[in-house]
Amino acid sequence: MKGRVEIYEGWCKKCGICTAFCPQDVLDTTGDGYPFVRAPEKCTGCGWCEIRCPDFAIVVSPYEEEQEK
Amino acid sequence: MKKNKRNERLLLQGSEACARGALQAGCRFYAGYPITPATEIMEAMAWELPRVGGVFIQMEDEIASLGAVIGASLAGVKSMTATSGPGFSLMQEHISFASMAEVPCVIVDVMRGGPSTGLPTLAAQGDVMQARWGAHGDHPVIVLAPSSVYEFFDLTIKAFNLSERYRIPVILVADEMIAHMRESVILPRAEESELEERPRPTVPPEWYAPYKDPGTGVPPMPAFGEGYRYHVTGLAHDIRGYPTIRRDEVGELMARLFNKISKDLHLLQWFDSCYAEDAVVTVIAYGSVARPALRAVKRGREKGLKVGLVKLKVLWPFMRRTVMGFLATSTKVLVPEMNMGQLSREVKRVNQGQCEVLTLNKVDGSMITPGEILAKLEDIYP
Amino acid sequence: MTETTHLIHSYLRSSKRFPHVWCPGCGIGILMGALIRAIDHNRYSKDEIVLISGIGCSGRLPTYLDFNTLHTTHGRALTFATGIKLAKPSLKVIVVMGDGDAAAIGGNHLIHAARRNVDITAIIVNNQIYGMTGGQSSPTTPLGMTTSSSRYGNLEPAFDISRVVEAAGAAFVARSTVYHTRLLEQLIGKALHKRGFSVVEVICHCVTHVGKATHMNSAVEMMNWQRDNAVSVRKAGTLSAKQLEGKIVTGVLVDREAPTFHEEYEKLVARVGVDDSAV
Repeated sequence: MKGRVEIYEGWCKKCGICTAFCPQDVLDTTGDGYPFVRAPEKCTGCGWCEIRCPDFAIVVSPYEEEQEK
Repeated sequence: MKKNKRNERLLLQGSEACARGALQAGCRFYAGYPITPATEIMEAMAWELPRVGGVFIQMEDEIASLGAVIGASLAGVKSMTATSGPGFSLMQEHISFASMAEVPCVIVDVMRGGPSTGLPTLAAQGDVMQARWGAHGDHPVIVLAPSSVYEFFDLTIKAFNLSERYRIPVILVADEMIAHMRESVILPRAEESELEERPRPTVPPEWYAPYKDPGTGVPPMPAFGEGYRYHVTGLAHDIRGYPTIRRDEVGELMARLFNKISKDLHLLQWFDSCYAEDAVVTVIAYGSVARPALRAVKRGREKGLKVGLVKLKVLWPFMRRTVMGFLATSTKVLVPEMNMGQLSREVKRVNQGQCEVLTLNKVDGSMITPGEILAKLEDIYP
Repeated sequence: MTETTHLIHSYLRSSKRFPHVWCPGCGIGILMGALIRAIDHNRYSKDEIVLISGIGCSGRLPTYLDFNTLHTTHGRALTFATGIKLAKPSLKVIVVMGDGDAAAIGGNHLIHAARRNVDITAIIVNNQIYGMTGGQSSPTTPLGMTTSSSRYGNLEPAFDISRVVEAAGAAFVARSTVYHTRLLEQLIGKALHKRGFSVVEVICHCVTHVGKATHMNSAVEMMNWQRDNAVSVRKAGTLSAKQLEGKIVTGVLVDREAPTFHEEYEKLVARVGVDDSAV
């Protein structure tokens, strides 16, 4: 786990781009169409979901141990 | 261009006087496209601007010309273009934009015979209504009409002043005759001309609302790059410049666009008159037609006719107050025009039955002569 | 918040409401992010950037960004840009246009801006359709495609915008899809850095209209199509014309040195000599 993905549903338009193009299948889609982090441990922090999000609704931050404490 | 250092007498063409007026007003950007009979203005600016730190560019058409002029004005530089009927039609889209976005600019339309390509080398006054209503949407605009070489110079300076004061496109409608004829003139030196600049913001950028009425109806306008990062659009906008369709915001914007001019109508009553005080029949004329009209009135007086002349220098907004005054004191009014009757419609509109309004129209490419006007005056004289 | 997002947010106008106006999945939002990162990467200040647009979906882009912004008339953005750049050369002028905007109504302005080599960066969002007005065919709509104004199939061959501006004299021409987001960002960066008229053609999807016409029902499908049909310039050199049919060649297509209009104008001024007392 190298990255930490956060999704702002307020700006998300449920287009599915982030989920479809995640190289590690970290993201999945809920029943109502919003993306969610299904497999956080697989995130490499590559940032593709963030830069391809047309709505600036995703943030990928580097994973840091202390975040979990 | 010969310098005017000591107010010496100069023999100038109208177009050259216009270019001199623009430069004296502080115009430092010209974009244009060749068209008869306005090309000489462009040629003069192409010669002079590089020598005074200004920029001249010949664009690919008249739409592009006015686009570049508006851009330069947003960058803080006084800018102008000149054209004739067909090019003026192409500019209407951007006249509308400049009205909405409130970008100061000056457009010279040297009128020639129309419609369409018409009579490129002959004078006409067929664009009077186009100057007012040619651009789409209800919009404010100021239109001035010179009738001599000196006035072409003078009104060009005034056009810049008005466009800066009100942040509005100002149109000069000259005609082929005024642009091409030469007259001997004595022009004021640069330091003798009074110049106006657009209002500037006095607040720091974070407090600046680009389209908020400061009370005068004319919001302060910074240049791009001065730290006030604001939005300019042709869409209806709120006081921050952002697009809006809210009724209250759009209504307020439109009211302000018109009120900033209409509150000052009394300052825009520019005219000359001759024997008009006691005239039984008054001629109301503008542009080159005012010249034979003056001759006709003088000859009429020699013949004992109480005729007079009112020469309008501002066509739009129409000088209702001034014209109504003369309508009240005259029995008949004659409006000679080189069109099928354009400004005469306005005279009739404000007349409200006070007196009889007659027209004398000519659209064959020839000038209306003093003899023709005098004959008409004698014919209608009560 | 991460660096990227913090950066993006620092360029968005806090006084504008988000989410923005574009349809779900629209590539213009992806382009907007790439543009912001490229501007930031080149270390331009917000005050020196003038961002100009025409009319259409792409026309709404400048409203959201904290620069000097100007939303002009349909097709004429480059004319305003020319005036601004020449009147105040210290400004960095960027124009965003759509394909109808740039190649149809603004086609004349586009070729002349390229010919003059005005120092402007033009970003042309090519989504092959008039989106804002409801999906009419544009000069880049593929032959045969059904649109709301070509109900029985588009009869007109499409423009290759990049080749048009190359022929007209642009100093720099590049193409990317929005799927290739990092490439897009790099190319915009290079274009901004380039002295002269630089163009980046952005192959963008319009889910709402082109998606319907081509039976691709999502942004994902359309971006997959971009991925599968893009060919780098280098690889394109090894392919035959037939193999390249229907492909999108991406990368730097033209990069040449040519004097800009402003440089030539300055030389002219030096030659004729400035004389402030001439008036």
